[in-house]
Amino acid sequence: MRPRALLQLAGPIALVLGAVLVGLSVSRSTEIYVINALVSVAVVVALYVFVGNSGVLSFGHISFVAVGAWAAGVLSVPEQEKPAFMPFLFDFLRDTTVGNVPSLVIAGCVGGVFALLVGLPLMRLSGLAAGIATFAVLEITNNVLRYYEKIGPGLNTFSSVPETTDLEQAAIVALVVIVVAFAYQQSRFGRQLRATREDPAAARAVGVSIYRQRLVAFTLSGFLAGLAGGLYVHFLPINVDTVYLDLTFITLAMLVIGGATSLWGAVVGALSVSALDSVLANAENGLDVLGRTIEVPAGTRIVVVSALMALVLILRPSGLTGGRELSFDWLRRLRPAREAVE
Amino acid sequence: MSDFLRTAVELQVQADAIGLGAIFALMAVGIGLVFGVLRLVNFAYGQLIMAGGFALAFASERGWPVAVGIALCLVVVLALSLAMERVVFRPLRGQSPAVMLTATFAVAFLLQSIALIWFGPLGKTAVSLAQLNRPVSVGDVEIRKITIVAIVTAAVCLALLVLLLNRTSIGLHMRAAAMDFSTARLVGVRASLVSAVAVLLSGILAAVVAVLLTVQFPTVTPTYALRETILVLAGVVVGGMTRLVSATLGGFAIGYVSGVLAAALPSGQSQYLPSFVFGLVILVLLLRPGGVFTRGAGTVERV
Repeated sequence: MRPRALLQLAGPIALVLGAVLVGLSVSRSTEIYVINALVSVAVVVALYVFVGNSGVLSFGHISFVAVGAWAAGVLSVPEQEKPAFMPFLFDFLRDTTVGNVPSLVIAGCVGGVFALLVGLPLMRLSGLAAGIATFAVLEITNNVLRYYEKIGPGLNTFSSVPETTDLEQAAIVALVVIVVAFAYQQSRFGRQLRATREDPAAARAVGVSIYRQRLVAFTLSGFLAGLAGGLYVHFLPINVDTVYLDLTFITLAMLVIGGATSLWGAVVGALSVSALDSVLANAENGLDVLGRTIEVPAGTRIVVVSALMALVLILRPSGLTGGRELSFDWLRRLRPAREAVE
Repeated sequence: MSDFLRTAVELQVQADAIGLGAIFALMAVGIGLVFGVLRLVNFAYGQLIMAGGFALAFASERGWPVAVGIALCLVVVLALSLAMERVVFRPLRGQSPAVMLTATFAVAFLLQSIALIWFGPLGKTAVSLAQLNRPVSVGDVEIRKITIVAIVTAAVCLALLVLLLNRTSIGLHMRAAAMDFSTARLVGVRASLVSAVAVLLSGILAAVVAVLLTVQFPTVTPTYALRETILVLAGVVVGGMTRLVSATLGGFAIGYVSGVLAAALPSGQSQYLPSFVFGLVILVLLLRPGGVFTRGAGTVERV
């Protein structure tokens, strides 16, 4: 691998490891925020695999997170606990319980298969029609999970799912997702898809099938989103509203703020917005700064994040990173004279 | 199935469905007008209606006369629309539709969370026009007054709009801008004026919708009109965004279809109404991605 490509992988990994270091050095209650940030990295990078590489907007990815969470959650609640909040489960779901790692793998597979099934018809669309159709998928998924009690808790909260998502596991999954996303974008498939993003007509002219490339990315991205969903359900007692509009918004915001067209942007966006979000969440409960207590009203988090997102879109539509991968070319540009001598 | 059909054709159900369709059609026009000129899908349209609803609730809680409440609603919604146009829409002019949609998505959440801080999650109640919910008998059907008011208001608003677009010079400018913005500017159409007027008209329609909706659903919460906006957006895209008429028909159609389905679905399945409606949306989008009510297929760019 060329050093430039290596740097593109090393940057995001270094950021995640940095977050882990922060998580190791803070108190238990603050560690929760770091784990949450790592779960967000997984979701946002999953979203990036499709949206970033294809340039097609998807409002539907949280449905893959949701089905992943449902699969992992339903299958890993201990059998004797299931009737308490999921009394109407199908027999095979009621009688099956799997361990932590298998449940995550299943979550990913369910997310991937669901994305494949949805993508088969939907990837023919682009532009606004694609945006609305993926939104429709989110609405349908949410509606079905909310009321169909044979496959999950319906309106109840997922209680008594083993809380196995600790700092270590969240970091491992986030790293796996990043490496997979990187491998994909370096592959032939990823390059072809990015070609269709830059110029659909030219890409078609050299024999790239837009439909097939989008479908590959959509499925892979659904798999990763499902995996992240599994991580989520093992982290917090979630319910059907946790994986709906708010999460759709916040993850899209993270991707856009960071810069939607690069892996580096996805990770930077997820971590920086998470950091800001945790500070504000603390401030909502009263934050001590130099002996003075700062308190902001509940709900400030979304106000700040959405204002920030609108601001980034207006002032710098390509995001904080400019939608480019990490590189140190700008360092060289700072010293043009020396370069000329060389 | 026969039960389904029998319920679906009942006059009562038809009247309610048409009433809902009329309100959705007004929202569709509001969204379509702005899209026509700015090529921007305004996801935050529902939050304008929400703001109008809070203005009405504010007036109703203080016992102000109905007319004052409606005036306040209009002022609030118009001020908010113009601010949105100046701060968000205008700087974004010329960006890709996806960037603009995401930006208005952000604005929607911004307004919603400001409302949450300001008014709390339970919201306020607007009751000044509640007497419009009483039914009147037409033949042997009982129709709520608001249904009739909604249909008449929608018809009047649409007629006025058609007159404005076809009979005035600003209407001509707007149609020119909708067809080809840069060429229209070259021949002397003032871009900022046209976009401000489009946003203004769309704001007036939002205020009208706020009044009509609060009669039927008097509890105004921060997520007020969010569901309706998502449905109307789907309807507008399904109908076809490129022309105002097709967008309006799309909005009406999705309102009408959800109205009929809501009444006709058997009670065991009625909670799956959104799934049926959005399933239909996906199906229609796959069959006619350019819109149901548009003519001819879109051209595909070749090298």
